Amino acid sequence: MALLEVSALSKNFGGLIAVDAVGFEVYEGEIVSLIGPNGAGKTTIFNLLTGVYKANKGHIVFDGKEITNKSTQDIVKAGIARTFQNLRLFKDMRVIENVLIGNHIHTKYRLFDLLFRTRRFRSAEALSAQRAIDILESIGLGDHIDDYADSMPYGVQRKLEIARAMATDAKLLLLDEPAAGMNASETKELLDFIKLQQKNGYTILLIEHDMNLVMNISDRVYVLDYGKLIASGTPEEIANDPRVVEAYLGKEEDDDEDA
Amino acid sequence: MKLKKILNIRISERVSFIILLVLLAVLISLPFFTPGQYFLRTATNIGIYAILALSLNITTGYCGQVSMGQAAFMAVGAYTFAILNTMHGVGFFPAAFVGCCVAGVAGFILGMPTLRLSGAYFVIATTGFSEVIKVIALNWKSMTNGALGIKNIGRPIVFGFELTNANGGQYYIMLLSLAAVIWISYAIKTSKFGRALNAIRNDELASNLMGVNTSSQKVLAFVISAMLAGYAGVLYASMTRYIEPNTFTTDMSTIILCIVIFGGMGSIRGMIIGALLLISFPEILRFMATYRFIVYGLILILMMRFRPQGMLGGVGDKPYKLPKGVKRKSYEQGGGVNGVT
Repeated sequence: MALLEVSALSKNFGGLIAVDAVGFEVYEGEIVSLIGPNGAGKTTIFNLLTGVYKANKGHIVFDGKEITNKSTQDIVKAGIARTFQNLRLFKDMRVIENVLIGNHIHTKYRLFDLLFRTRRFRSAEALSAQRAIDILESIGLGDHIDDYADSMPYGVQRKLEIARAMATDAKLLLLDEPAAGMNASETKELLDFIKLQQKNGYTILLIEHDMNLVMNISDRVYVLDYGKLIASGTPEEIANDPRVVEAYLGKEEDDDEDA
Repeated sequence: MKLKKILNIRISERVSFIILLVLLAVLISLPFFTPGQYFLRTATNIGIYAILALSLNITTGYCGQVSMGQAAFMAVGAYTFAILNTMHGVGFFPAAFVGCCVAGVAGFILGMPTLRLSGAYFVIATTGFSEVIKVIALNWKSMTNGALGIKNIGRPIVFGFELTNANGGQYYIMLLSLAAVIWISYAIKTSKFGRALNAIRNDELASNLMGVNTSSQKVLAFVISAMLAGYAGVLYASMTRYIEPNTFTTDMSTIILCIVIFGGMGSIRGMIIGALLLISFPEILRFMATYRFIVYGLILILMMRFRPQGMLGGVGDKPYKLPKGVKRKSYEQGGGVNGVT
């Protein structure tokens, strides 16, 4: 059974149908890419998956449980965490604090514990900090825990956002254009990083425009255009699919699109 | 080189500890050296404003919600306390407790619908709330005695000993309360609750998507803030022994907000230094007390221009304090200790 099963998912904003009866699956341990021209509805799908938007129709089943239109908190608790197209780090907080926020739902104590610094408070805080440090060290940010998120280089901030999502103990990571704004060597490093996370047991669904990355990293690819799923398959199949080529390069007017 | 660095840190920590001890000694012995009652009363007043600033700091400093309702919560606390005390003969401590709780309930009722608002809209809603409280205090004559106010509010009595300004008792009550509020502020700041509030201030959507229940955290912060302001109102009422609707005006909320911005949002020490400077200022320059709002305005403008993070706000360069028992691999390998516990 698939880890994530999306069926007939639809979302419209007024008259605009942003996502139109889209269905796809992500199996455990896979890296799946969602591609398509700008405005195809990829980020809308992420927002539906994470509860930011409510779906008009369709079902999302994660890990055997229906999570359609659940609250963002419930979805994070179920095991889905995401990053953002435009970085949304907590800028004036430290690197470790950013990761600790990811671990917020697993840090369990009450107001009473924090006011009186009970044993439960101390052990939960220590556990949470240790987890944050382990994650940061595992991705090579061990030396930067004291630094402020804002002061880090762009590529590191991207990594930190992934670390923050990992700290929620998610099974499925949704990465929204992780390579955006990166140069070739940074993208190469990101590719290795994502592959490593796959080996570590994470399932990854990513939106990406960098075709080089998509072709090298994905087990399977889904292609969206105007809110509809137009193709799916392995990277090779996708690259040779005439519908995909048309969606990206087909008409004259579409030439300026960022592919 | 490294050793020197470590030594430096240790010495400066020791020095700051000694400074803290001296400061505490001065604060505790202050009533014995004061030139007069006026001085002690001003000191108590500064302390009450520091409590108010710390209370607002939780919503505004930590969570980024600028509230203008602090004087109103103070009024709710003060009136509840005064009514219980003068009309029903309830003692200081139980009445103060009820005052706090009623202010907290008021915070909950105001916070539930309005915390969804952002920025200027929230400021307007809380300002409106202040006016509503003032109108209630003015018109609910059977309870609040209207514009005449409530007189002869009781002072705290501990083991049959009345704590007045003359015997320094009120000053000590303030000092103890201030210490407690500083602890509460610190405990919140260094917990997952404080981190969540900070995250909400930075990016509410991202906090939500990391599983933080942002609305409940915001309401909780607002309720705690209202309770502490209510308690400051109780202290104020028992110090002045007389309250009326015009005691708790929007001007007062403005002063409290000024202290928070001036001291540095989110900083605990900043609130105390801010209260010290901004409240003692009109006392020192008594001849221009009527114009103090001009000076406050000027300070705020200059602050925004030259130091928007406030005196002690903004980011620090101290290493992050990890809880005990947390291990860092990179440090064990590198051999550096660097004061990380």
